[in-house]
Amino acid sequence: MVERFASRIPTVGGIFIQMEDELAASITIQGAVWGGAKAFTVTSGPGFSLMMEHIGYAAMTETPCVFVNVQRGGPSTGLPTLPAQADMMQARWGSHGDYGIIALCPNSPQECFDLTITAFNLSEEFRVPVMMMLDECVGHMTEKVVIPEAEKIAVTPRRYTTQPPEEFRAFEPKGDMVPDMVKAGDGYRFHVTGLTHDERGYPSMNVETQDRLVRRLLDKLKPLANGRALCETEGLDDADVVVVSYGITSRVAQRALQMARQRGIRAGKFRLISAWPFPAERIRELAGRVKAFVVPEINLGQMVYEVERAAAGKAKVIPVSHAGGTVHKPEAILKAIVEAAQ
Amino acid sequence: MNEATLEIPYEIPEGARNPVEPFLRMDRMPHIWCAGCGIGTTVNCFTRALLDSKANLDKVAIVSGIGCTGRVAGYARLDSFHTTHGRAIPFATGLKLANPELQVVVYSGDGDLFAIGGNHFIHAARRNMDLKVICVNNMIYAMTGGQTAPTTPATAITATSPYGVSEPTFNLVALAEAAGASYVARWTTYHVKQLARSMEEVLKKKGFCFIEVISPCPTLYQRRNKMGDGLDAMKDYKAKSKVRNGAPTGECTLSKTGEIVVGKFVDRERPDYLELLKAQMIESLGDRYVEPEEACCSEC
Ligand SMILES: Cc1ncc(C[n+]2csc(CCOP(=O)(O)OP(=O)(O)O)c2C)c(N)n1
Ligand code: SF4
Ligand SMILES: [Mg+2]
Repeated sequence: MVERFASRIPTVGGIFIQMEDELAASITIQGAVWGGAKAFTVTSGPGFSLMMEHIGYAAMTETPCVFVNVQRGGPSTGLPTLPAQADMMQARWGSHGDYGIIALCPNSPQECFDLTITAFNLSEEFRVPVMMMLDECVGHMTEKVVIPEAEKIAVTPRRYTTQPPEEFRAFEPKGDMVPDMVKAGDGYRFHVTGLTHDERGYPSMNVETQDRLVRRLLDKLKPLANGRALCETEGLDDADVVVVSYGITSRVAQRALQMARQRGIRAGKFRLISAWPFPAERIRELAGRVKAFVVPEINLGQMVYEVERAAAGKAKVIPVSHAGGTVHKPEAILKAIVEAAQ
Repeated sequence: MNEATLEIPYEIPEGARNPVEPFLRMDRMPHIWCAGCGIGTTVNCFTRALLDSKANLDKVAIVSGIGCTGRVAGYARLDSFHTTHGRAIPFATGLKLANPELQVVVYSGDGDLFAIGGNHFIHAARRNMDLKVICVNNMIYAMTGGQTAPTTPATAITATSPYGVSEPTFNLVALAEAAGASYVARWTTYHVKQLARSMEEVLKKKGFCFIEVISPCPTLYQRRNKMGDGLDAMKDYKAKSKVRNGAPTGECTLSKTGEIVVGKFVDRERPDYLELLKAQMIESLGDRYVEPEEACCSEC
């Protein structure tokens, strides 16, 4: 991704800079955003750990930006360039404090293209860091990709304030709970801080401001947790068992689902595309009418806990864990589906 | 100060008395700094430099890290960013690249810029990124209670070196020169005129510029080391400092009680990051190179 970007971007009027480390990269993009650019950074494994402080900074300062993480096996240096899906909780909770982010999980090169556009658009709409959570398989996969004409790509522009500087308050939320943007150099003389701040953007470290600000940072994402959650479903109408998966695992699960249907098991597919905010309402609604959820993922249990929480005991939840290094065998997922159907 | 010479091109808010007020967020006063602290003195010099440089203040941005000095950004009536500990320089790098017409000033403490942030400092200097870095060196992590910094001189007592510091101290000006800075100077808060002039110079100079300001922290450093208050620090700086413009930076190491060499040590011309980038891209890509426009995403 970086190599392609470095070769292409100087021919289309952008800048690629290779920073000294991931700590730097993850905050350089945010300086660029406040200078008026759209910006992103890319990493894998330990680099993602180094970026955590600045994911919190982006959440707190409502800086729209995109982080791409091609997940590999961990912990620590782990399995360089072998697949895993074990950073899903880190993406959600890795920085200290309470905050919300968006995470998208493509399962094909085409989706890597399409969802990166979505990621930028959502980051502008909600003013949060958006994480593209690939895994090594999807990251290195070669498949046909259709790139639409530029005019056909919907791009969400940054919502700059139209208020004059005297009236503008940089962190005053609008109707959608998201404040309007501003950029350096336009005469607004605004202030941005990672400290708890009031609507002017000034540090205001007290219980009331903290409550108002931090709740809003989470609440503004609610539309994505509910109606607007991105997912792909199949065969849910008559399903007894639903396989909840994402990324490369969803493609292995597809095979397992076929095999299950061939055996007459009514199995359905629920593929998480926006994994965070977690589409809890959708799962809750399904839990009322299916027997069980099967949750394969290349980790020892992460998103499965969210499924369990949303299902709230109304349906069985069966994890199919894998420590990483390769993908599941479809048979492993099939076995769980068969068990679940009984 | 002589008000007649100031010619402030801005309306002074009603009731304002101090000529620096138009440069500050007066709605945030009082500030958090202790009596006798040197940070405010440096801010005074900075506002004087802004005034004298006749810079368009709408195009000056200030970026701080975390610490007592890190609070400077929050008080400056500029586009101002209070970032994370140690990362003011990479943030400023992004800001500059996205909007090259901004004059980007990094204003932070010794711990912020040279302990946790040291790696970014050397790389920004190496790239000759067009940033003006002002470091208030109070030789301590002040905000967190006076712990040892890489700049704390040997034998000094700190919260984390109760028996005295044993490590050698960092010579910041030598580091800056070796890493490639275009401009390197050091003053103390006693040298207000020289400091303001240096700040004005860097506001007019392209490339990576570095000014170290030796500044007292009476509350934590002075007190623990029985060095008196803010006024005693001024007397001390006056007695011990020696102006040696152009001095070899390698000879300018600071110690707890020794000489403080001050002056402008380096002032050289090097192409900056964006100039080098453009030259290389034109060399390799010719007509295919498209220069970055000023951020275009309000339309696209
Ligand atoms: C990652 C991280 N580590 C530690 C801290 C705590 N911290 C805040 S300010 C500071 C030191 C500041 O020292 P300096 O830059 O010299 O500023 P001063 O207060 O002396 O002006 C530290 C360690 C932090 N905010 N973030
Ligand atoms: S603790 Fe020291 S550096 Fe911080 S404001 Fe007080 S005197 Fe200044
Ligand atoms: Mg300090």
